[in-house]
Amino acid sequence: MNLASSNSISAQPGRTIRFRIKRCDGPGKPSYWQAFSVSPEAGANVLSCLQQIAANPVTADGQRTTPVVWDAGCLEEVCGACTMVINGKARQSCSCLVDQYAPNDGDEITLEPMSKFPVVRDLWVDRSRMFHNLKRVKAWVPIDGTYNLGAGPRESHEQQERRYALSTCMTCGCCLEACPQFLPEANANKWDTSFVGAQVLGQAHLFNLHQTGEQLASDRLDVLMGQGGVSDCGNSQNCVKVCPKHIPLTESIAALGRAVAVHSVKRWFTSK
Amino acid sequence: MAQQRVIVVGGGLAGLAATIRLAESGIGVDLFSMVPVKRSHSVCAQGGINACNEVARQQGYSEYEHFDETIYGGDFLADQPPVLEMANFAPKIIDLLDRMGVPFNRTNEGFRDLRLFGGSLFKRTHFAGATTGQQLIYALDEQARRWEAEGRVAKYEFWEFLWPVIEDGRCVGIVAQDMRTMQIRAFRADAVVMATGGCGLVYGKSTNSVICTGAAAARCFQAGVWYGNPEMIQVHPTAIPGADKLRLMSESARGEGGRVWVPRKKGESRRPKDIPEAERYYFLEERYPKYGNIVPRDIATREIFQICVSEGMGVDGENQVYLDLSHKDPEYLTRKLGGILEIYEKFVGVDPRFEPMKIFPAVHYSMGGLWTRYERGSYQPASPLPGHKSGSRAPIGAEIGQGMQPGSPINMQTNIDGLYAFGEVNFAYHGANRLGANALLSCIFDGLFCGKSVENYVRDVVASKGQADQVPQGAYDRVVAQEEAKQKRLMDTVGRGEVAPEINPYQIHKELGTEMTAACTVVKSGPRLEQALKRVEELKERFARARLSDSAAWTNQSFSYARAVGDMLTIAEAIVKGSAVRKESRGAHYRTDFPERDDAHFMKTTVAKFDPASAQVSVELVGVDASLVQPRKRDYTGKSAGGSVEKKAAASPAAV
Repeated sequence: MNLASSNSISAQPGRTIRFRIKRCDGPGKPSYWQAFSVSPEAGANVLSCLQQIAANPVTADGQRTTPVVWDAGCLEEVCGACTMVINGKARQSCSCLVDQYAPNDGDEITLEPMSKFPVVRDLWVDRSRMFHNLKRVKAWVPIDGTYNLGAGPRESHEQQERRYALSTCMTCGCCLEACPQFLPEANANKWDTSFVGAQVLGQAHLFNLHQTGEQLASDRLDVLMGQGGVSDCGNSQNCVKVCPKHIPLTESIAALGRAVAVHSVKRWFTSK
Repeated sequence: MAQQRVIVVGGGLAGLAATIRLAESGIGVDLFSMVPVKRSHSVCAQGGINACNEVARQQGYSEYEHFDETIYGGDFLADQPPVLEMANFAPKIIDLLDRMGVPFNRTNEGFRDLRLFGGSLFKRTHFAGATTGQQLIYALDEQARRWEAEGRVAKYEFWEFLWPVIEDGRCVGIVAQDMRTMQIRAFRADAVVMATGGCGLVYGKSTNSVICTGAAAARCFQAGVWYGNPEMIQVHPTAIPGADKLRLMSESARGEGGRVWVPRKKGESRRPKDIPEAERYYFLEERYPKYGNIVPRDIATREIFQICVSEGMGVDGENQVYLDLSHKDPEYLTRKLGGILEIYEKFVGVDPRFEPMKIFPAVHYSMGGLWTRYERGSYQPASPLPGHKSGSRAPIGAEIGQGMQPGSPINMQTNIDGLYAFGEVNFAYHGANRLGANALLSCIFDGLFCGKSVENYVRDVVASKGQADQVPQGAYDRVVAQEEAKQKRLMDTVGRGEVAPEINPYQIHKELGTEMTAACTVVKSGPRLEQALKRVEELKERFARARLSDSAAWTNQSFSYARAVGDMLTIAEAIVKGSAVRKESRGAHYRTDFPERDDAHFMKTTVAKFDPASAQVSVELVGVDASLVQPRKRDYTGKSAGGSVEKKAAASPAAV
């Protein structure tokens, strides 16, 4: 927390700022740029400015256009929906304060859809690949059923804290956008052989840490041992730098790297 | 015979819990959601989930006391038997979530940790960091994904529910729209579960997610489903006003010494730090010398509202007051309140350790919702018992089936056969006011306990009346045609000239939110409600002439939004009319012209009904089942006099 970042001190009231937005009308359509002038209200963030644009979609040079499309949910940086590339960096737009990004009259903010996922329209991308990968690594605890069978396993405070940190992953995709090895794959058939990325590695690690979840550890490691698995990580460590929830993703990658090594030796000896 | 299928609309806690329960029983589930279910609004819940537990039990707490607290907190408006069942079932839910791997906070010995929460003197709230809702929904999301991988669950994400298909008084499917391709199509189902949450967006800005328009409930309402207690809307006293939404600021900021004030001079332009002590109006401390800033939430809410809306003394002429911690030691604040102060700094860009926060009450939760039925359980005392004395022996044990009959097909079924309402979208458990950390509970309880009811309905009732695949296609085609016509009417307005503010859906929604917030939240009165009703009528008339600005046949977000504005207007009308009919004050509903609770006339559910012929909403009063515990005055001020701050905070009933 830093007093210097206080908006009430630095931002110029009554200013007009510009949004340069990379737009696209739909899959397979060309991208194009449009600029919009916005007079941000007090405390505005990128989403509230997009709401203004949607209510009156006129470009900076006075052309009527269609409202910009974007994805949003909680607006509290906990659902992950509103992730986009802002001034070149992926982050949630709800917590992106305009007073900090564009404090002066005439300042410009650039918005682009994430580049690693197919665009649905404008700033809205299709992240179903992330959910598909969760299925592949069986990112769940294999409980016997929902009937009453008493409490779950006891757990130390430290273990709970480790799991909680991993479990705050909101599937936003920032780590994948920043990763040099995670490639956009328009063809869903390539998803299973292309690098899975930090998001799903963190989740695989999370469930391997749970006493019951561990029962599927072998299945998870089988997936992560193959092509596109943990060994495809290039160790740029970008993921951990951009994660909005400060999840220690590189620790998960290291832990899984070790587990996969042991697992593959075991597999070799038992030739399963 | 084709496999039996159930449609679940909404993938928050209630919808996911129902999905898992049904999938487990061998029934196929089609799960519809406007967002990937993992991003549903349940993620926003912070505080925790209530249930009796071993430690509290040995201290004298019981499931029965949890039941009594919930009824009392709800000011005796809830039908009592379902609440008893929920409280009795609650510990099983915590155990199940624990088995699913929810990282509940732990004690030194590795047991689940507990915290004190509003409305109880016992620690009965389980929590996972400061994001309990997120952690619970992730656990359920993972289990639903497991069933999806096994082919038992099919997800329809980015699909919007448009209308229930009702044939011969029975719900046999839905019509929905793909939000990307804009395709409108019908889906058959042997039963439909609505689990679509609250309607905060009717108030413009609230603590709710952008998807919480209440449109899905409004569409069921217009299709003939009754709506219970629409006027019961919970307002949280301290939220952070934002340009896009209102984010919660925890009550602990006041508990740790935060002072609420406004400048004495209207139109004050000096910075708060430059305003001398004598020119600050600490209105809570002056008006409530005994409790000061830690008056119960409903009082705090009402006073802040009065200062801004009625007295026009809000900071910078806006609806906001200062919540000031800047007189406290910054180190102390970081240690005690670090997490919540970071939220303020993240979204406002101001460090509250050095500058007063600006806060205002915000619409938070809808106790009212789709009207539902239930079958009474085995506990039926000859006459209602007096109020439970905290910590005393419970009159009954916590066996399942005493409140509601387990598996009865009518549990949480609306007045339409085969159409269920689970979670915040129903009206069943919270009466006139919800206790903090009871919302997550009621959602999961519905999904698990009443999921069994859906299963039985599908197996037994459908077996006698025939499966949905026997229903003539015409029943579905009619609804598809209705929705296509609705879409065409709105889309045809594109390019018909300028979108003047008067007929701009965004502007209509904004004005609706402003009006509803002013007339229908914290302080209501007969004349003001009449005015609000006229205003809603005017907005409806303007909406009929609304003009859109995007004719795209692909991912047309602004069209979908505009359509929801029309539905919000209908819910708004029900809220205003319910408020007008209820000529008393109870829980979250406060009328200046009727400031007292009036059990003789109004210990009743307001049931709103929609007449399709006239498109009018009517409201009638239906008796409450208060057969278990006698009503008594709801008064949180007495007990905690002289107690610790923590205890007083604990005694104020509201949600975090």
